[in-house]
Amino acid sequence: MSNWIEIAALEDIPKLGSRVVKTDTMNVAVFRTRDDQVFALKDECPHKQGPLSQGIVSGTTVTCPLHNWKIDLASGCATGPDEGCTNAFNTKVENGKVYLSI
Amino acid sequence: MKEKLVLVGNGMAGVRTLEELLKLDPERYEITVFGAEPWPNYNRIMLSPVLAGEKTVDDIILNDRAWYEDNGITLHTGDPVARIDRVGRKVVTENGEEHSYDRLLIATGSNPFIIPVPGHDKDGVIGFRDIADVEAMLEASKQDKKAVVIGGGLLGLEAANGLMKNGMEVTVVHLMDILMERQLDRPAATLLKRSLEERGMKFLMEAQTSEIMGSGRVQGVKFADGSEIGADLVVMAVGIRPSIELAQSAGIHCERGIVVSDTMQTYDPRIYAVGECVQHRGQTYGLVAPLFEQAKVAANHLAQLGIARYEGSVTSTKLKVTGIDLFSAGEFNEEEGDETLVLQDAAAGVYKKLVIRDDRIKGAVMYGDTMDGTWYFQMLRDGTDVAAMRRTILFGQHDLGDAGHGDETRVAALPDDAEICGCNGVCKGEIVDAIITKGLFTLGDVKAHTKAASSCGSCTGLVESILASTVGEGYDAAPSKKPLCGCTEYSHDEIIAGIRDHELKTMDAVRHFFEWKNPDGCAACRPALNYYLLARWPGEYQDDAQSRFINERAHGNIQKDGTYSVVPRMFGGLCTPSDLRAIADVCEKFDVPEMKVTGGQRIDLFGVKKEDLPAMWKDLSAAGFVSGHAYGKAMRTVKTCAGKTWCRFGTQNSTGLGVRLEELTWGSWMPHKFKLAVSGCPRNCAEATIKDFGVVCVDSGYELHVGGNGGIKVRVTDLLCKVATEEEVLEYCGAFVQKYREEAHYLERTAPWVERVGFDYVKQAIVDDEAQRKALYERFKYGQKFAQIDPWKAVAEGKDQHEFQPIEITAA
Ligand SMILES: Cc1cc2nc3c(=O)[nH]c(=O)nc-3n(C[C@H](O)[C@H](O)[C@H](O)COP(=O)(O)OP(=O)(O)OC[C@H]3O[C@@H](n4cnc5c(N)ncnc54)[C@H](O)[C@@H]3O)c2cc1C
Ligand code: SF4
Ligand code: SF4
Repeated sequence: MSNWIEIAALEDIPKLGSRVVKTDTMNVAVFRTRDDQVFALKDECPHKQGPLSQGIVSGTTVTCPLHNWKIDLASGCATGPDEGCTNAFNTKVENGKVYLSI
Repeated sequence: MKEKLVLVGNGMAGVRTLEELLKLDPERYEITVFGAEPWPNYNRIMLSPVLAGEKTVDDIILNDRAWYEDNGITLHTGDPVARIDRVGRKVVTENGEEHSYDRLLIATGSNPFIIPVPGHDKDGVIGFRDIADVEAMLEASKQDKKAVVIGGGLLGLEAANGLMKNGMEVTVVHLMDILMERQLDRPAATLLKRSLEERGMKFLMEAQTSEIMGSGRVQGVKFADGSEIGADLVVMAVGIRPSIELAQSAGIHCERGIVVSDTMQTYDPRIYAVGECVQHRGQTYGLVAPLFEQAKVAANHLAQLGIARYEGSVTSTKLKVTGIDLFSAGEFNEEEGDETLVLQDAAAGVYKKLVIRDDRIKGAVMYGDTMDGTWYFQMLRDGTDVAAMRRTILFGQHDLGDAGHGDETRVAALPDDAEICGCNGVCKGEIVDAIITKGLFTLGDVKAHTKAASSCGSCTGLVESILASTVGEGYDAAPSKKPLCGCTEYSHDEIIAGIRDHELKTMDAVRHFFEWKNPDGCAACRPALNYYLLARWPGEYQDDAQSRFINERAHGNIQKDGTYSVVPRMFGGLCTPSDLRAIADVCEKFDVPEMKVTGGQRIDLFGVKKEDLPAMWKDLSAAGFVSGHAYGKAMRTVKTCAGKTWCRFGTQNSTGLGVRLEELTWGSWMPHKFKLAVSGCPRNCAEATIKDFGVVCVDSGYELHVGGNGGIKVRVTDLLCKVATEEEVLEYCGAFVQKYREEAHYLERTAPWVERVGFDYVKQAIVDDEAQRKALYERFKYGQKFAQIDPWKAVAEGKDQHEFQPIEITAA
């Protein structure tokens, strides 16, 4: 399972922000944290499918713009009282390039 | 010779009965009190703040030993009564002391229920009931790290909060899937859980404890599903059991509690009982308000007045975790056929629900804003017909009458019979009376004289407001504050002032200065800080797109289906054929599925895909349009009427003035959306009196109106003043806008802001104080230099393209 795809330079993803990667089957949101960790989630909130890429990132969570569910970037699961998960994908950063494995 | 009264149980209900009795007939009895605990009577409710380190044991003593002496009461502490000899009419204590009685009052309270699982008797497993328990918990928190609290009810959560404040890692284990299920419905419980989690509390829901593990001392807890967690301390807070053993062994009829009649007498008429140990009409109670009602009745009969009857109580609950406001009463889960009224403001963290049956309130749950809890509760108990206030009831009591100014006027508007202190049943009139007749100045005085705010303390804010409005200037309020969000202890006002006075110019600087718990902040505080910095330091602070809600980041309104809507600005609602043609062209080019003329006199283009936005804006920009900011906490529109040019009633050029106002104010970021209007005469076709800033033209000039709102909660403007020239209109408008921008809380519209600070305050600053007005206006114009950069044009020219362009990979 190491079919890494180069998707962007790290600098192309805003800090505490995200980019959307479109694949044939779905949209993937790729997030960058304050300390340059990169995470990738299917761009659908487990609640009402809100676009997580449009949420506010803090620490290693993103808050869905529709109903404020807080999703853990590493696991893709809702934190707190809410329950549900979206798919999480592996990422790596090498030489300033971000790779995604789907 | 005096008759002998003996009280068994030196707690809240028993001693309250003595107090009531002393008021009615101080001379009748020779009173003796036996208490198992080594303390004089203290406020058990306040154990939670003691555990949390917010109060000391001394603070919560209600009746010190001197009180007993002064009233001729003999007090035996630390010596429980072991036996009641009903035939010999005497009690015998564990130490062997004997004391005879003519009448006996039992108020032994209750015991925490300890689940009888294997290991429940290990060292380090305790309940949460008395000072000894709190001391044990504080002791444990010094050396141990991990605490498990079993039970996610009121008591469990207060214990967990306290332990956390003492530096322990706390996990709350709860059998149900929502917290406080006896007091809260699901949405409120969810909000509560989220905010406790933000403070660091952990939860294991739907977990059934099966064993307490450890050799000698606890080491962990095991669950029915086989999983385990480690623990150095286990607090059981799963419920209480009335303490009836003593009564039972004396042959007094008991079921779940000691059974009493409406006169608080047991089956033995010489023996009375009050408090949590009692069962009345099948009910037992675990909150002080009903117990204090019982105390009144028992005292009345002990004084042999024989007129009072206890007929049961409806109870309400508040949670005493600092920073969390929560209220619940009655039947808060609706049944079939009930109506519910709900107000939910996720961003502000406010949730209110009323359950209504046959036009009567049956239950209420409130989270975030509990100001009106006592009002709803009173109507619930009184069975008030609420049909006539249905539309406004959720906005609170002050909303029924004329607009008030914040809490103080809300309180001032309450009728004298409005109940303020639910625990002690004290009404507003009694408090006001006491303040005036006894010359009270402090909260402590009021507590001492009326008992208001002396039990659970939730009504402290209300009592302070009554003091402030009754005493006026003489009262020195300690500001009660509400933190901006879970990341900080500081309020909006403190942060706004800090940014200004300490010249904090970056978000990190603010978060550092105000000791944020979370380095990145959260989705609630980031947009607020971004706005405050932007408003205070124009030209210096760099707007942070990642701290804006998506609508503002994408400069469009995200719609239900993930597409955006685009609204080009039309100054004063005016347009030309070529404007309309340009819009039509854009719509055709980008397949815009729907166009609509908005209430703000411009055109909304719906259903635009995000990736098309930059190209669309480029075309609109080329045709001379700028963004209408229809998506932002920003200046939205200036609505105008036909005016003097065309309308026979018109007195001034309302459209021209509208255009000038819009040119002055467009692009300005605000705490919330901001709308203007100009009407050409008092017929007011542009509806200027429900706008944030409205102008009504008259023959002799311009009337300026502020603080209106046409949303869910309609508010008519206040008349600010009248001016003679268009130049003055612009100056007053700019000054008002700037005052609001600098001082209102983020997400607070002008209407609540004006109510909070008081219209007179605003008027004073803008109308009476010319120097301030001019300075505000200058600051506004200076800020506008940086704000009037069209975001659409910037994006069309390449700024933040990544926001709009997805990365495509097709080989996946
Ligand atoms: C942590 C905590 C928080 C709470 N928060 C709230 C709240 O926010 N709002 C609210 O309304 N209520 C609250 N309560 C409940 C409230 O404290 C009780 O309802 C109230 O104290 C009950 O009064 P009582 O007199 O019946 O019992 P107690 O106050 O418990 O008094 C009974 C006393 O009798 C003594 N006793 C028992 N047996 C004997 C014996 N054989 N001989 C001599 N003495 C004996 C006991 O040691 C005890 O001191 C809270 C309780 C706790 C523990
Ligand atoms: S407000 Fe007065 S001037 Fe304006 S359109 Fe209405 S009637 Fe005419
Ligand atoms: S009034 Fe309500 S439903 Fe209508 S457009 Fe405004 S927000 Fe939407």
